[in-house]
Amino acid sequence: MAARTLTMVKALNESLRKAMEDDPKVLVMGEDVGRLGGVFRVTDGLQKDFGEDRVTDTPLAESGIVGTAIGLALRGYRPVAEIQFDGFVFPAANQIITQLAKMHARSLGKVRLPVVVRMPYGGGIGAIEHHSESPEAYFAHTAGLRVVTPSNAADAYWMLQQSIRSADPVIFLEPKRRYWERADVDVDEMPLPLHQARVARAGTDLTLLAYGPMVRLCLDAAEAAREDGRDLEVVDLRSISPIDFDTIQASVRKTRRLVVVHEAPVFLGPGSEIAARITERCFYHLESPVLRVGGYHSPYPSSRLEEEYLPTIDRVLDTVDRAFAF
Amino acid sequence: MTANGTAAREGTEPALVRLLSPEGTRVPHDEYSIDLTPEQLRGLYRDMVLTRRFDGEAVSLQRQGEMGLWVSALGQEAAQIGSGRAARDTDYIFPSYREHGVAWCRGVDPLTLMGMFRGVNHGGWDPNTNNFHLYTIVIGPVTLHATGYAMGVAKDGADMAVLSYFGDGGSSQGDVSEALNFAAVNNAPIVFICQNNGWAISTPIEKQTRVPIYQRAAGFGFPGVRVDGNDVLAMMAVTRAALEHARGGNGPFLIEALTYRMAPHATSDDPTRYRFAEEEAEWRLKDPIARLRAYLVNEAWADDAYLAAIEAEADALAKRVRDGLRSMPDPEPTAFFDHVYAEQHPLVDEERAEFTRYLAGFEEGH
Repeated sequence: MAARTLTMVKALNESLRKAMEDDPKVLVMGEDVGRLGGVFRVTDGLQKDFGEDRVTDTPLAESGIVGTAIGLALRGYRPVAEIQFDGFVFPAANQIITQLAKMHARSLGKVRLPVVVRMPYGGGIGAIEHHSESPEAYFAHTAGLRVVTPSNAADAYWMLQQSIRSADPVIFLEPKRRYWERADVDVDEMPLPLHQARVARAGTDLTLLAYGPMVRLCLDAAEAAREDGRDLEVVDLRSISPIDFDTIQASVRKTRRLVVVHEAPVFLGPGSEIAARITERCFYHLESPVLRVGGYHSPYPSSRLEEEYLPTIDRVLDTVDRAFAF
Repeated sequence: MTANGTAAREGTEPALVRLLSPEGTRVPHDEYSIDLTPEQLRGLYRDMVLTRRFDGEAVSLQRQGEMGLWVSALGQEAAQIGSGRAARDTDYIFPSYREHGVAWCRGVDPLTLMGMFRGVNHGGWDPNTNNFHLYTIVIGPVTLHATGYAMGVAKDGADMAVLSYFGDGGSSQGDVSEALNFAAVNNAPIVFICQNNGWAISTPIEKQTRVPIYQRAAGFGFPGVRVDGNDVLAMMAVTRAALEHARGGNGPFLIEALTYRMAPHATSDDPTRYRFAEEEAEWRLKDPIARLRAYLVNEAWADDAYLAAIEAEADALAKRVRDGLRSMPDPEPTAFFDHVYAEQHPLVDEERAEFTRYLAGFEEGH
């Protein structure tokens, strides 16, 4: 089958459909995922085709969603649980952190929990409070979870397939501001391994490292930097736990400068860990410290201020200038 | 309901389901009955005596430094053995963390439980071996796991039910309410057993809830019954009926077993700071084992020789767990890396290699 141009929402929808066709144990559950098809329509039409037994509207209780998904996994199912928005995941945080992440270790490997917890995350859509957050660091900090995020429709399709097949629990973060962007999706193409980073744009002068919603922004920033005569490389991290440090290291040893960009707050965000490890791995190759661009140490602001709070092309380029000033 | 919340305790309407009085005489009940052979009754007695014995031995071993902590089930033997023996082998049980008697019924070795409290692992047994899930230390979440499992049982159309244990303290957790609701909405084949032992560490039931816990079931849309949790016959009869109700496709059921935590919450606890010895003495008169023993002796189904033989078996069990625990080896120093993930994870591999290298440095130094 040739590649087709799909939105990320459609790619996710087709990925879920494929997983459910391939494996009768795959279930979709969450708030409003059935008749409505999810508030972003990611599960559109699935209940109609697979029935209420496999695509289930749950009561409005996130801990209940993840907790019963764990129980279904114990029974041999592969639940894909949807949390409606990033900021609503916290009632389920206890289930995710104390149970989902730890049961494999608690059982000395006898219990596997192949549960995928999907959620839209990130800002930039003019939403009210709790609808624009980037909680990835909380989950990546927890051993036992895998945390991944696609930046485009093709990755969304394949990474969701891989996450559902994973024997470990996966937190699957969907960059909601990119839901409606289109990309070519080849459903027959052999994808990258789930946790491998990808060089999204080759360059020689500095590496911009981003994931999810910020990859597009960094590609645009790299285009803009070309006008300044700088050739920036863009690496799409794709996986936040584990992190593919080898790909980052190879890029940084080449470009000698690294700027990490994410929407999540900079303080103790993924960029902090990346800066520490890349400094250790590439100390003698670096021409400047690893710099970070991200959200501030404030609650996510009201939408009239989110453009100030979120990384922009200008903020990225300003940080690139700082890196070259060392 | 009374203003001071005493409705959460015994003595209010309706009466407890009770089939055996504290004095050891049979009591008729309109709805629930049980007919066991003397052999079966002796089996329940043996289960309770052996559970109490290894549980008490565990307390001693903790005092001797062999375990970091132990949570005693003293006084709750009837609630646990009665319900545990009511389940079929094919039913699936989700304990909280004090269900040593239920574990015993499922054939989980006491040493397996004790290893966890010794600190050699966080549980480590395979739940599918005995259809007995791991202990869950965080209070509440496991009731949702049990509910999800039961939802899966319903999808599979399997002829089985799930038993989910929690306590009076746990009843305050949001997860327990979510579990009761998810179970009801999905008509899941699950029986919830709340062992109301009166105390959540130092917090009495009056500070936990103002209504009897069994009444919550009505609010979620399924039956709830309050049982004398120190009456092994009532516990077995009601749990059997509840499991049949669940297996029959009739949805969930809630049993509130009124019992009493005779021991401290855990070996690190000191109940003299928050409750009176009189209360403990009062509950000692309702002891679940003494009650069944009186019944067996009165009916001439157990003589001195039989009782002595059970004591001897208990002594042997105590010796076995004592020897077994003392000789239980520590895990390898890198064992905590072994099962973080089911599939390969480069960070874990890297840290394991780093730590192994560090440890090897000491060996080279000698």
